[in-house]
Amino acid sequence: MKKPVIKAEGLTKIYIRGTEEVYAVNGINLEINDGDFIALMGPSGSGKTTLLDLIGCLDNISSGSLEVFGKDVSKVKENKLVGLRRGHIGFIFQEFLLIPSLTAIENVELSLYFARRPQERKKLLQLFDKVGLGHRLNHLPKEMSGGERQRVAIARALAVSPKFLIADEPTGNLDTRSSQDIFDIFKKINKDEGLTIILATHNPKLGSQADRVIYLKDGRIISKEDASL
Amino acid sequence: MNLFSVALKNLTRKKVRTALTIGGVAIAIAVLVSLWGFDTGYQKSLNNDIDKMGYQILVTAKGCPYEAATLMLQGGGGLRYMNEAVYQKITGDPRIDKITPQLVATAYDTTKQEGRGGISLYMGIEGSYLTLKPWSKFKSGKWFSSTDANEAIMGYEVAEYEQRAVGDKIFIPGRNEVLTVAGIFERNGTQDDGIIFLPLKTAQKIFEVPDKLTGIGIKLKDMRELSKFEEDLYNEPGIQVISLAQVKGTILNLVSSAKAMTNSVALIAVIIAVIGVVNTILMSVFERTSEIGVMKAIGASRLDIFKIIWVETTLICIFGGILGNVIALVGGKTIEYILKQVLPYAPKGHLVVITPHILALSFFGAVIMGFIAGIYPAFRASSMKPIEAIRKGE
Ligand SMILES: Nc1ncnc2c1ncn2[C@@H]1O[C@H](COP(=O)(O)OP(=O)(O)O)[C@@H](O)[C@H]1O
Ligand SMILES: [Mg+2]
Repeated sequence: MKKPVIKAEGLTKIYIRGTEEVYAVNGINLEINDGDFIALMGPSGSGKTTLLDLIGCLDNISSGSLEVFGKDVSKVKENKLVGLRRGHIGFIFQEFLLIPSLTAIENVELSLYFARRPQERKKLLQLFDKVGLGHRLNHLPKEMSGGERQRVAIARALAVSPKFLIADEPTGNLDTRSSQDIFDIFKKINKDEGLTIILATHNPKLGSQADRVIYLKDGRIISKEDASL
Repeated sequence: MNLFSVALKNLTRKKVRTALTIGGVAIAIAVLVSLWGFDTGYQKSLNNDIDKMGYQILVTAKGCPYEAATLMLQGGGGLRYMNEAVYQKITGDPRIDKITPQLVATAYDTTKQEGRGGISLYMGIEGSYLTLKPWSKFKSGKWFSSTDANEAIMGYEVAEYEQRAVGDKIFIPGRNEVLTVAGIFERNGTQDDGIIFLPLKTAQKIFEVPDKLTGIGIKLKDMRELSKFEEDLYNEPGIQVISLAQVKGTILNLVSSAKAMTNSVALIAVIIAVIGVVNTILMSVFERTSEIGVMKAIGASRLDIFKIIWVETTLICIFGGILGNVIALVGGKTIEYILKQVLPYAPKGHLVVITPHILALSFFGAVIMGFIAGIYPAFRASSMKPIEAIRKGE
């Protein structure tokens, strides 16, 4: 039997915009098991990013409950969440968000430093091979293409051996060709290593390749049928 | 990869901005080093000047003590005259170890300073002058042939400046007299280097002040008798007793008021530099908002972020400190030149003495500056919330 990595019940996030309350995530029930490959889909503003932030322990929830690796995170203070993230959750962003002053390998080493993990050169080289970047270790982000940067970001996320990966529109800034290449890396990692991956995407062609697709609209989960309307 | 190299690499991103900020710190530190160097150098030179006078007490005609203090160090006493009879009267005092009469005179020499003109200093002395200054040696020539010979002994620097050798004839501007150079002293690093010495009687005759003196230098057998000695002379009309310790105090007083001003300039320079550093680092923190957000997302603690920013700030100040020290060492000569122009009394020798101690202290000051300047920006950076920072930076 698979154990749940993430379990949400009535998960809600309210943002205050002026005097208005915005229910960015509105009462979501969700269970994600170890080894799942999940695609979050939905129009812009549907709450994908917000949901990923909550699952990734980047922000406090407003109401409902959320368990990550069996731990109730609803009561953990914002500045203590880092302890849950560090070394356990890997993040990949649409804008890559590498540190511009550091080379590819230094970016990865820095995440190992933050996670208080040893920076073993040999393991790093293997990792760069895995993401198809074996030859570009010492380049700065600005010297690399979007696809290459995202590979570095994936290496950075994987380096700490996280329990799951969160990817918020990882191919949003890439062309069709590199989008599929990047997506293939995720599929391979999930298949070979059983790493849980939760990924938000706009792209139905990519999303449909995931094990399971969750459709969001106005902060709620809707069925595939409703989504295609 | 560690936080130190991250900080160092960050600094190389906006090179011009970093360089300007380092420059600001460097200037402040250079000002500090020069001031401290001046403080040390000036006191050292002043002490040297005063020790090399050979006497501890100068008896002069009554006058403004400040003027007297300054003129005295430049060669013997205020240009007020006292009767030589005073000298005859006190010379037998048993408390006196050594005593020497002197007559200082000046002449305006239009050929000095490349035609701009300047003062030449003359001093009439007797043989006793040398017993008070046993370190005075002849570079060439010898003592006057008689006590009223038309001869001169030149200080090292005037002789050098005027290109004189023993046997040369010299004129005193405005006086219709010719003197033969009898000797030239070796350099001894005091005001004596710039004086032309004459036999006392000759000086009195040439400058038309017969039986007059401008000062009497006295060395007591026991300095503890100074106040009693002073008291005894108090009743002599028309004279005053100046102790060199007193003179030193007076000059240091004069200098310290000038120093108060330069110190505030230094303080302002330091404050401006600190503001510059805080401003630069804050700017770079805000520019890197999303980066800081990402670092926090992937596991950086508040302390990690704080350290990165703090190290950056401190590095700027350390580089500034090193550069400032270099500037001060290189520019010390220039500063010395300027100081010599503006100071009420400039001793011979180096005015600005930059010791390793001063360098170490100012470097340490720069580090402290960095620590202080870094606190606020580092705090701002470390308290950013990850998602807000990531989104804001987009
Ligand atoms: N910090 C915030 N403050 C106020 N409203 C926000 C904030 N972040 C997101 N929202 C709102 O929450 C909703 C969901 O946004 P988001 O999670 O970014 O959606 P998606 O990633 O699917 O585009 C949107 O209406 C958005 O405007
Ligand atoms: Mg989004």
